[in-house]
Amino acid sequence: MSEVLLETRGLSRNFGALAATRDVTFRLEAGARRALIGPNGAGKTTFINLLTGVLKPSHGSVLLKGRDITAASQAERVKLGIARTFQINRLFRGLSVLENVYIAVAERVGAAREIFRPAGWRKDVIEESMHLLETLKLERDARHRISELPYGRQRLVEIAIALGLKPEVLLLDEPAAGVPSAESHIILDAIAGLPPNIGVLIIEHDMDLVFRFAQHITVLVSGAIFAEGTPKEIGANADVRAVYLGQASTRG
Amino acid sequence: MIFGIDVASILLGGFAAGMVLFIVSVGLSVTMGLMGFVNLAHGGFAMIGGYVIVLSMNRWGVGFVPAMALGFILTAAFSVVLERLLYSRLYRAVELDQVLFTIGLVFIMIAAVTLLIGPENQQIQLPQMLRGQMDLGFTSYRTYSVVLIIIGVVFVVALWLGFERTRMGAQIRAAVDNRRMAESLGINVNRLFTLTFAFGSGMAALGGGLGAEFLGLDPQYALKYLVFFLIVVAVGGLGRVTGVFYAALIIGVLDFVLKQYVPRGGTLYIYALTILLLLWRPQGLFGKSA
Amino acid sequence: MTTPSAHLLQHPAALALARRHHLRAWEPLPWILAIAAYFAFPTYLTFGTELLVTILFALSLDLALGYAGIITLGHAAFFGVGAYAVGMLSIYAGWTEPISALFAAAITAGVLGLLSGWVLLRTRGLTLLMLTLSFAALLEELSNQFGEYTGGFDGKNLTFLPILGLFEFDQLSSKSQYLYVLAVLFLVFLVVRSIIYSPFGQSLTGIRENILRMPAVGTPVQSRLVMAYGMSAAVAGVAGALLAQATLFVNQTFLSLDRSAAVIIILILGGYGRLYGAFIGAIAYMALSHFLSKAYPTAWQLGLGLLLVVIALFARNGVLGIGERLWLFVGWRFRRPGNRAAP
Repeated sequence: MSEVLLETRGLSRNFGALAATRDVTFRLEAGARRALIGPNGAGKTTFINLLTGVLKPSHGSVLLKGRDITAASQAERVKLGIARTFQINRLFRGLSVLENVYIAVAERVGAAREIFRPAGWRKDVIEESMHLLETLKLERDARHRISELPYGRQRLVEIAIALGLKPEVLLLDEPAAGVPSAESHIILDAIAGLPPNIGVLIIEHDMDLVFRFAQHITVLVSGAIFAEGTPKEIGANADVRAVYLGQASTRG
Repeated sequence: MIFGIDVASILLGGFAAGMVLFIVSVGLSVTMGLMGFVNLAHGGFAMIGGYVIVLSMNRWGVGFVPAMALGFILTAAFSVVLERLLYSRLYRAVELDQVLFTIGLVFIMIAAVTLLIGPENQQIQLPQMLRGQMDLGFTSYRTYSVVLIIIGVVFVVALWLGFERTRMGAQIRAAVDNRRMAESLGINVNRLFTLTFAFGSGMAALGGGLGAEFLGLDPQYALKYLVFFLIVVAVGGLGRVTGVFYAALIIGVLDFVLKQYVPRGGTLYIYALTILLLLWRPQGLFGKSA
Repeated sequence: MTTPSAHLLQHPAALALARRHHLRAWEPLPWILAIAAYFAFPTYLTFGTELLVTILFALSLDLALGYAGIITLGHAAFFGVGAYAVGMLSIYAGWTEPISALFAAAITAGVLGLLSGWVLLRTRGLTLLMLTLSFAALLEELSNQFGEYTGGFDGKNLTFLPILGLFEFDQLSSKSQYLYVLAVLFLVFLVVRSIIYSPFGQSLTGIRENILRMPAVGTPVQSRLVMAYGMSAAVAGVAGALLAQATLFVNQTFLSLDRSAAVIIILILGGYGRLYGAFIGAIAYMALSHFLSKAYPTAWQLGLGLLLVVIALFARNGVLGIGERLWLFVGWRFRRPGNRAAP
């Protein structure tokens, strides 16, 4: 049994009368490849926001490697080893791809507090950033501004920034969202190539990606865990299909 | 009881000034709350409206109330033209660009008025009925100030009813609270904004005209009192009619008191109070918390 | 692991980043021109000194506004504090040695910047705008209130010892002042330049470009902003102190809203976030204002207003932004291989 990296206990979050997250108890181990799925409005992004510290819970706690981090800020949690990507890109659009990743790596190694030495002298940071781009097959875009890249490759940069933080837990919020199907394979390849020892949680709607990538699936409905299991179990679960089909028929 | 009379006249004087502040600033508060647009040219609309009102009275003998109506309509129309042609291009722009644009606009307004009409202060001739003193029972006070207070109360009640009881008011409140949500509900926020912008500018014009008697009216009006309008809006809370009202009253009374008892450097306390208030409640006294 | 990854550093992007801070060929130009002006325009040195001070002030604002994205309508507060620091020290503490007084001004303004930044920068948007505005206005009113000490609007005349014991402050010709201010501007510019090109400066740009992303990469955004604000305040303080020393005078207009507004206009005009925007904006604004605003004040206001509206609508990045677009356009016309990354 691998080490439990990320854990929540009875995590709940209310917005007035709306219970966005309901008593969620959840575990993510080292090396995990977990998918979080659920119909629209199930509270998946709210859950990620609770995990990363963007939101504070109404009840319950979040633990990282056994340590209670419920009170920790976003930045503190990043330093402790949690990284995330956003559903809609949050990149530094006017900067080059390399500079985008540089910012993340520099922050991690503590270079970002240096005032009197040029950024260009931190060869270690530049090298690590380039290496990361290479692993994600982004090196030929390294010099281009984000605004010049096709959307699919921009989503890759989003992942590159998160990886530059050398996280132990990686939370990907709909990495394939908005990516044209012609380009979605690059996202898949990137996810397949993630370091094996980190715990990965992906929110996704793209079932193809989910069933190809996930070893475990958690289904979230109306803020609470509805079902958990292997892809095979979830795929065969009639209740899950009903929840999704119910959604599909109302969408018409 | 001398002490009591002093308090009464302070309150009356302060409230009168506060009402003018309220009437000018309410439009700014709602448009800022609705569109998040920093409109530093709002004082310019007050100035222009004031000029329309005062000049039409002085030069063309238009009556007091018709002049007010004229000022409201012309300024509102003018603001719609500006909004459709220029302001709307900057809705998605960064705050800085909005600040720059509106500062530039107000410079143009001031320069244009100076060139066309001249830099002198415009004196308003109040109709006979509004001059002199009025007997209120416990004291007698300037008729005009009392009338201003009544007008102000009428406005705030009318606006409050408008916001709380009409459909358009509900739409505005919804859009102020959560614009995207309002849009997804089918509310045409852009059209709403044009209407509120026009109304707000018209109100500013009224404020400029009504306040001309004691605030004066010259081209510099647009910038001279801008800081006060901004303070009232920030302290009151964006998009909150009641907030602007109370903030305007507080600032009005405070300024009046300071002018009487601390003639030199009284504004210092207003700035200090603003800073303390905004640090304590950044969203303003009545604004929604982040 | 060194040989296989050494090629990474040879990648054009890596090389560009490594060389980003290198001196470009034209960078000595402004300084050469400034020295040439000393010899070419001996009668305009007072104006020249004021111009150099304005450049430094605009530079300080660029750190806060252009790089960290902090919109402040009250930057003259620090300018004035620096000026009053050297002024009051000179009159009441007999501290007339100019260079050490400059340091005192920088520290005073810097500390004030750190303290006020720590308190004010928790807010955003209109609230921050109003707080910075009110803070500067408050200081100006305080200066007015304590007019017996500060001289209020009439101000105080100051005296200073000769610079380095050799060069006297000559109020008429401003010869020593000009070179003194130029020297200080140069040194402070080097410091600011190095901050901009450092990893710290890079993180400021990150904050400006996407403030929501920065906590998600572990940046303590608040303390970074406060640090940048403090640095910006210190440089503004030096600028104010220099003007007080050069003109041998200080009054409350050093703190005025007009000055805060003018410096924002100058920076936007030249182009913010581009280091040299301060230079271009200051030169353009001061030249135009010097010749127009005294003679035709209304026309000046009208022209300035039109300019601002046009910039806000069409040329948000100022003169340098237009220059950049032209440059990129020219580069595209000649089909240069690869694209340029952000400067």
